[in-house]
Amino acid sequence: MSQNKQASFTLDGKTIPYAEGQTIIQAAMAAGEYIPHLCFNPEFKPHGSCKLCTVKANGRQTASCTQQPQPGMVVESDTTEINDERRALLQMLFVEGNHFCPSCEKSGNCQLQATAYELNMMSPHFDQFFPDRPVDASHPEYLLDFNRCILCSLCVRASRDVDGKNVFALSGRGIKSHLIVNAKSGRLADTDFTGYDKAAHVCPVGVILKKRVGFTVPIGSRSFDEKPISATPHPTVKGA
Amino acid sequence: MNAPVKKLKVATTSLAGCFGCHMSFLDIDERLLDLVQLIEFDRSPLTDIKHCGPCDIGIIEGGLCNAENVHVLREFRANCNILIALGACAINGGLPAQRNHLSLAAILEEVYHAQHGLVDGFIPNDPELPLPLDKVHPIHEVVKIDYFIPGCPPSADAIWKVLTDLLAGREPELGHGLIHYD
Repeated sequence: MSQNKQASFTLDGKTIPYAEGQTIIQAAMAAGEYIPHLCFNPEFKPHGSCKLCTVKANGRQTASCTQQPQPGMVVESDTTEINDERRALLQMLFVEGNHFCPSCEKSGNCQLQATAYELNMMSPHFDQFFPDRPVDASHPEYLLDFNRCILCSLCVRASRDVDGKNVFALSGRGIKSHLIVNAKSGRLADTDFTGYDKAAHVCPVGVILKKRVGFTVPIGSRSFDEKPISATPHPTVKGA
Repeated sequence: MNAPVKKLKVATTSLAGCFGCHMSFLDIDERLLDLVQLIEFDRSPLTDIKHCGPCDIGIIEGGLCNAENVHVLREFRANCNILIALGACAINGGLPAQRNHLSLAAILEEVYHAQHGLVDGFIPNDPELPLPLDKVHPIHEVVKIDYFIPGCPPSADAIWKVLTDLLAGREPELGHGLIHYD
């Protein structure tokens, strides 16, 4: 390959150019292609934890948010096999928490819900865990509803890497992993968290919610009511 | 002379639901007239038939919050070739399942004993009352469900789409705009 010819790989048969250092999902997004994802956000270093963005690269499964492409790599994403596995991952996320969309302020703007629509998730399939996760309404401006946390760690990364505050952390291991607030009391009100923090605006689901604006935009007129997530630019790159 | 078309038998019920899904079903409006050319109702709140005979399609609204719900669900499964979960409560427990993080004893205590204004309250124990379940469960945790129509309630168009797909012998499919969890 000559020096000035841009390297490329194929995604479901389409040629996708990429720059040195880009991962598969970054190059795909830049080319306007959608690969389902939840913990990936183009503004943050990939975390590689939700596995929704799994693709087959040269026949091997890998997270496309962390995998860099190779010239001529054959990447498969929108296949029955991979979408079936993605749907099963979503179903596990749904039963592990308490995801009751009809009573959630984030409904219609929720990436978990929109991704489940995209992948035709008609039921949770598995048995519900119905965990007990009390909400934290201590902060005057923001509410934390842990019932909906999918452990994407975007708030952790935003608070630590952008805000320099370390308000959030993931604690525990395996099935006991959960989101915590770094305060002696464990309450958001006892941290220096504010609505100006990046961490206040990155939650892909309905955990970190600004109070008193929940239904300003009525259900039915929200982002993913208008267009499916595959046709919606990432919230943080909208208008880019 | 054309032989009369054999109508498919359809049964419906509301378990731990609010009848909102049935109201949404009625929202198919004048299409009901087309539908009754193709189906006839067996057990349903619309017919007031109390028990379900052999049916082609059973439609279940609501989850399982008491023992009677489980009996009704099993009756439907035993009699219906195709069983459809209609709406959020049937699919994941929905609003009634919001009690699941509380103990049943604490709930009964709060409702019948502790609440302000109750004098000499007692927990109802008439043998005719179905016993509440410890937790509210979605119906797929108890019997096999063939198709799911999510939504709170599912739109009339979503219900119509699934029914007409099934009546035409197609695999039901809800695209963007019809698949909704809220």
